[in-house]
Amino acid sequence: MRAVRSVFWRVVALAILAAGAYATFLRFTRGIGSMTNLGDHYPWGLWIGFDILCGVGLAAGGFTITTAVYIFHLEKLRPIVRPTVLTAFLGYVLVVCALMFDLGRPWNIWRAMVWWNPHSVMFEVAWCVMLYTTVLALEFSPVVFERLKWGKALKAVKAVVVPLVTLGCLLSTLHQSSLGSLYLILPTKLYPLWYSPLLPVLFWISAIATGMAMVIFESGMSARAFGRALEFDLLKGISKVMALFLGVFLLVRFIDLGSRGALDEAFRLTGAGSYEARMFWLETGLLALAGMLVLIPKVRANPQALWAAGTLEVCGFLVNRLNVATTGLDASSGVRYFPSWGEIAITLSVVVVGLMVFRMAVRHLPIFGEAPHEAAAGRRTPRTAAYAQS
Amino acid sequence: MRALLFDNTKCVGCGSCMTACREKNGLPEVKEPDLSADQFTVLKTTAGKDGEVNYRRMCMHCEEPTCASVCPVGALHKTKNGPVVYNADICLGCRYCIQACPFGVPKYEWHSVAPRVRKCNFCADRLAKGQQNACAEACPMGATIAGEREELLKEARARLAAEPDKYVQKIYGEHDAGGTSVLMLSSVPFSQLGLPENLPADPLPLLTFRVLEKIPPVVATGGVVLAGLWWLTNRKAEVAKAEGKGAQR
Repeated sequence: MRAVRSVFWRVVALAILAAGAYATFLRFTRGIGSMTNLGDHYPWGLWIGFDILCGVGLAAGGFTITTAVYIFHLEKLRPIVRPTVLTAFLGYVLVVCALMFDLGRPWNIWRAMVWWNPHSVMFEVAWCVMLYTTVLALEFSPVVFERLKWGKALKAVKAVVVPLVTLGCLLSTLHQSSLGSLYLILPTKLYPLWYSPLLPVLFWISAIATGMAMVIFESGMSARAFGRALEFDLLKGISKVMALFLGVFLLVRFIDLGSRGALDEAFRLTGAGSYEARMFWLETGLLALAGMLVLIPKVRANPQALWAAGTLEVCGFLVNRLNVATTGLDASSGVRYFPSWGEIAITLSVVVVGLMVFRMAVRHLPIFGEAPHEAAAGRRTPRTAAYAQS
Repeated sequence: MRALLFDNTKCVGCGSCMTACREKNGLPEVKEPDLSADQFTVLKTTAGKDGEVNYRRMCMHCEEPTCASVCPVGALHKTKNGPVVYNADICLGCRYCIQACPFGVPKYEWHSVAPRVRKCNFCADRLAKGQQNACAEACPMGATIAGEREELLKEARARLAAEPDKYVQKIYGEHDAGGTSVLMLSSVPFSQLGLPENLPADPLPLLTFRVLEKIPPVVATGGVVLAGLWWLTNRKAEVAKAEGKGAQR
């Protein structure tokens, strides 16, 4: 059965990559317009909405967990550092790769380093992402140095880890929030359920909650794929932090909607605006459900239920970001956007490549706490039974 | 600062402006009803009180252009004498300008492998030579006229005062989106011309700049707080360690 399932997923992955390769060929020989549903009325679609807005948010675990361990000295969380930093690093590299498809003139990307426009949010995001990807590479480098037995390099990186993590936290705070600020310039275009002067704050809070949710989600996935998971106690603690940030997110969201008088829009359940209202409730419902589930002690005690709560949060987050990037712009653009097969194929290909690289890294590098110094620093980690049993 | 004034009560819809624009910019003749990568200005019609109203759409050449403020590399910029111009050589193709423009003006070469953003450039080269905009020069009815912005505003105010019943009492572009170099007078509501009437009088770039200017204090405060927390928790751990050792002795 296991073998059949494994063959099935390999075929699926291959099919996606084949479609992605053909879409890539079209993209770079006939232009973006030949294979996407983008146009002058709809310049940004799935690639910005999912690959960038969601991708960067999903990788937020990288800065929250490293900050917790290296700045707040929460040693208990140390076993998670490596898998989350790997996820984050891979995530950011993939975001940059995906950007090459969306940019019309990708060969000019380096120019953001030379031609400065500090008044542009996009400029700030570009610099932060560039610098933070470098920080992540350095934060991840000890894993590689250990494998290669490069003692000196390992020592050098470890000497600067605290300033590095501080820098990473600041850079992440800036660009996670700035992804929301990108939309501040659209007061007349973005639907009132999503346009808010608090967009940067909301993006930052939801990124933190999602960083936590991703730790739970990935632990469950790697338990299934590699038979390795994180300590269950640890995940319980993380799920509480996730619930806290979800609570703050929803509170700020509703106070903001109320104070702007936009809450009425949420109750237009028929006619114009009903599509937006339904998408708003889908997003809010998923996030609220994830938060409430985690508050129930029985759910926290059950690995599968906890995994489900984490997954619901990730889904709610994806809907939220895609609502800002696409649903909220449908009405003003006059286009009901849905991505083309080519856009979907390239996005899925990016995800598949990410999973494949993650799998390879886990196989060949000491990711799940095998390194001796990790054991010395905190409790000996994983291969925990919690997930493997279930 | 140079500007254009378009008065749709004087326009007869002959299309000379479009022809002149095409010739000036070497654009093909297209039968598109709207602005496009091959059409920098377009003549449209809408229903007015006494029959059809002809009106033009084109880049408004904002005083503080949203497109220029959002461009990460500054490929778009406002020149001193009015035109908002574009430099394809440094453009990344992120299309934030297209997304951000409140007037829906910049268009894209979607089917090119080296796509450019396309829009009216206010005949920047002609202006530099002391000539007027090609469309204004071509207009036989004086519906589009070129001049200094202050003078055109005076002229527009005079027209509004002289025939108050003929016009909507507003000069579009005087304050909208912080003011524009293309000014419009109309006999029908501007929203009917596809021009947003709910734009803030503040330039839109302020919306993002108010956030961007908070970056230095956020970084400074964040840095201090993180360093402080590191010191505190580190000290706590050291004290705990030392006490643990003391107890063992």
